[in-house]
Amino acid sequence: MKKIYIKEEYCIGCRLCEIYCQVKHSKSKKIIKAFKTELDMVPMVTVEEIGHHSFAVQCRHCPDAPCVDACISGAMSKNEKSGVVTCDDQKCVGCWSCIMVCPYGVIKRKLGEKKIASKCDLCQDELEPVCVKNCPNEALVLAEEEEKDES
Amino acid sequence: MGEKLEIMERMTRKEYSTRFRIPSGCAVFGVVNQKGMRFSGQTVLEGITMMHDRSNGLGGGFAAYGIYPRFAQEWAFHLIYEDRIAQQQAEDLLGQNFEILLSEEIPTDGSIRLDQPPLNYRYFLRCQKNMGKHEQDFIVNLVMNINSNIRGAFVVSSGKNMGIFKGVGYPEDIGRYYRIQEYEGYLWTSHGRFPTNSAGWWGGAHPFGLLNWSVVHNGEISSYGSNKRFVNDFGYKCTLSTDTEVIAYLFDLLVRREKIDLRLLHLILAAPLWEEIERLAPDIRKVVTALRTVYGPALLNGPFNIIIGHNDFMYALNDRIKLRPMVAARHQDYMYVSSEEAAIRKVCPSPSLVWRPEGGQPVIGRVSIPRKAKLNQKAGV
Amino acid sequence: MALKPRQTDFEVVRDQDKCISCQVCLRQCSNDVHEYDSDQDIIYSDNSQCVGCHRCESLCPTGAMKIKQSESEFRQNFNWSPAHIKNIYKQADSGGVLLTGMGADRPYPIYWDHILFNAAQVTNPSIDPLREPMEIKTFIGNKSDVVGVDIDQGETFNMKLKQDISPQLVLSTPILFSAMSFGSISFNACASLARAARQFGTFYNTGEGGMHKDLEIYASNTIVQVASGRFGVDIDYLKRAAAIEIKIGQGAKPGIGGHLPAEKVTEEVSNARMIPQGTDAISPAPHHDIYSIEDLMQLIYALKEATDYQKPVGVKVSAVHNVAPIASGIVRAGADFVTIDGLRGGTGAAPQAIRDNIGIPIELALASVDTRLREEGIRHKASVIAAGSIRSSADIVKAIALGADAVYIGSAALLALGCNLCQKCYTGKCNWGIATQDPYLTKRLNPNIGTRRLENLLRGWSLEIKEMLGGAGINAIESLRGNREHLRGIGIGEKELAVLGIKHAGEAW
Repeated sequence: MKKIYIKEEYCIGCRLCEIYCQVKHSKSKKIIKAFKTELDMVPMVTVEEIGHHSFAVQCRHCPDAPCVDACISGAMSKNEKSGVVTCDDQKCVGCWSCIMVCPYGVIKRKLGEKKIASKCDLCQDELEPVCVKNCPNEALVLAEEEEKDES
Repeated sequence: MGEKLEIMERMTRKEYSTRFRIPSGCAVFGVVNQKGMRFSGQTVLEGITMMHDRSNGLGGGFAAYGIYPRFAQEWAFHLIYEDRIAQQQAEDLLGQNFEILLSEEIPTDGSIRLDQPPLNYRYFLRCQKNMGKHEQDFIVNLVMNINSNIRGAFVVSSGKNMGIFKGVGYPEDIGRYYRIQEYEGYLWTSHGRFPTNSAGWWGGAHPFGLLNWSVVHNGEISSYGSNKRFVNDFGYKCTLSTDTEVIAYLFDLLVRREKIDLRLLHLILAAPLWEEIERLAPDIRKVVTALRTVYGPALLNGPFNIIIGHNDFMYALNDRIKLRPMVAARHQDYMYVSSEEAAIRKVCPSPSLVWRPEGGQPVIGRVSIPRKAKLNQKAGV
Repeated sequence: MALKPRQTDFEVVRDQDKCISCQVCLRQCSNDVHEYDSDQDIIYSDNSQCVGCHRCESLCPTGAMKIKQSESEFRQNFNWSPAHIKNIYKQADSGGVLLTGMGADRPYPIYWDHILFNAAQVTNPSIDPLREPMEIKTFIGNKSDVVGVDIDQGETFNMKLKQDISPQLVLSTPILFSAMSFGSISFNACASLARAARQFGTFYNTGEGGMHKDLEIYASNTIVQVASGRFGVDIDYLKRAAAIEIKIGQGAKPGIGGHLPAEKVTEEVSNARMIPQGTDAISPAPHHDIYSIEDLMQLIYALKEATDYQKPVGVKVSAVHNVAPIASGIVRAGADFVTIDGLRGGTGAAPQAIRDNIGIPIELALASVDTRLREEGIRHKASVIAAGSIRSSADIVKAIALGADAVYIGSAALLALGCNLCQKCYTGKCNWGIATQDPYLTKRLNPNIGTRRLENLLRGWSLEIKEMLGGAGINAIESLRGNREHLRGIGIGEKELAVLGIKHAGEAW
């Protein structure tokens, strides 16, 4: 499956990926309105930074996803065809088992009234995830594993 | 128009017409007997006349080889003068440098009405001292000296056993004016001119001559500036601002001075495309690459069809993407090159071979005069 | 602290209605202009620190920012320009030489903009480069050889070159990347240039920065420089290169050496330059073994000997008043190419007084060099490369018609990489990751993107050159070279026309 790969040597720590991810998953989908009015937004990609090293990390969509195994309500599932791991908001009960087992720490609590786990869905309705599309330095690439180093 | 007339009054016709470069479209025709058999100028006159519509009456001319067997070993100079002062100055200069074997007015047919014919003279000259291999350079310098320094004088041709006849008018009128049908030569080229500028100066008509070279040309050399600056590097001064002049200097430079084999010349003047060069066999590719690299500025760009006359050969070449017409034909010992096939068929109705040379592919008609004829020539028969 | 008259150059205009306090601007600014106040959830900007590089404006996701020239004006004075006043304030403050970067920024005439190119009509067909061959392949090197050919007279017409001609650099387009050293620019910038040169079939130039070991794979597309500090020069460096350029001078700072401050001499830079880490890299103003033309000749031949006469050796000089005879001397000293770098040529650091006042524009220098070499009949003995602010394909066509064999582009290449001409290269804080060694900043230039953008520029310009050639009825670049008949001046005087060797617009052939 095509996954997002990180080129940490080109990550400039601007955090535009986080911003565009929030907008994409906002109600209004409009950047200024979303940031000024929707105060419950959580980015599903996070830039980790130490010194001049930085990279943006999001769900790896693991082949044997521990979050799927750990989910007590069947909300977390891996699509057999696409390989994408998603969380069904309607089924999620907010037990946070997924958060505890995720080896990458990329599952977040969605802010707001209901407790829901929030994670990267690879922007399935877009040609390319918005974090990849909007990275100004091509530090994120969507590729098959074998193609990830081709540029 | 008023200002133009005024300018023309103040300047000689030569000065007026060499101020600018004049692009022109034209007709060219050449015929050679490769055994060196001489034939009348009637042939070439009929050929070029067929292409009347390719000229506009502003220039016509002929180059003829083998026409002066009596003086085959002497320099034959054709000069035009706009006045007697010019003639006096030029003749003084010739007298200082040569033994003048014969000096005469070139016979003309006064019944042909032409635009202000100049004085036409020819001289058969012998260098006063033996200059060996420098003799040709000496002639080149002398011709350049007359053309650039003597007001109203112009050297039309300066070879041996050859001559150029040219002027302002349709080629058929110029030919009859100079009575070329009365001469016999083994190689003839001719030209009908269609300049995009109304300046009419007899010296500006084609062919252009230097030493034994004569050039007739249909086209416009868009690389003129590069070519001019290249020949300048080797001491040639382009005083006439014409394409034919720079082509003649390129031939003289490449063939006479740089000793480039005639069979390689087109690889410089109409160099193959780099992508074609890439496909050649390694040894040949190296040669062609070297020629194109070193002689890049000699590449003639833009549309052209040129015929070069020389005592030993006729050389015709189209630009590399063939933007001008050229047809060649062969019949018995004769070889023809023309802008249009009709002109060839007029003088040779059923040639054994007719072809359209590809762009950048030369047509070379070498003259190999049988030994006996050569001896006769030397004896002045 | 004494009062300092303060004048800011730029004004950061932030539209608070659009600002979402995402802090991208803050994170991208190496000059600490922006500051986030978490209590108010507002970003404040300190105009006085802004250099006008437009990095924040370019990355702002909501278009909330605009960098403007400061509206704060001095009292108008026709003699004392704001630039003069500010410089005096700065120097009264620091007591030092004012440094700057990139090329001369003064309103001198730009002759490219006073020259028009030609096209064919009626008498000569123009050529459509999309349908017909159009050749811009260019050779740099000595072309004075005699081409001796052995022709096989047998049935198969075969031939062989008697002796190889002088070594030539073969360019797919008449554009090379100027000398820019690793040190003055980042590794990623160097890598972008090297890779673009390789992929497009042209060359980049190491400047005096030596060759980084990771760029050795691009050696066959590398012109190495030998400059007054001899940084990075050893026999392997020379042997690896495609060509060698002796740098005498640079258009931005004729007569001035170079100084890479110790803090920029990182481990990588020190390895490439072969100098100790953390020491100043000082290139002397002259080569201390070249005090005359005959000394230059010795160096040219020493380099040719060292490389077995297998590669072109050229010399780069700044366009100074006497450039024509100097170039002639260089050609006679055996150089295979001469690079002329004009007044507006760029630099990573130069005294502003020098950059803006020394030398002459490349157009005039090129024309006079070409003319002089022609007059002396030695033009074909060396190629001439023009440098010093080539801004467009049209500048290139005009340069070649004036007599250049090819052009070097430096500033234009950096612009393609993102440079905004803020002229602060010397600070080492380039926000675009170009003129800096700070690892936090250098990674901002992804060489994959850089290579692609440079290639795009070369491709776009090459296509435009072909269009212009075709329009003039020319299908090979060698027929444009020195073809000044195709140029006309517009709005310039007799003297300038004479130096340029061109007619005025309206004058026919």
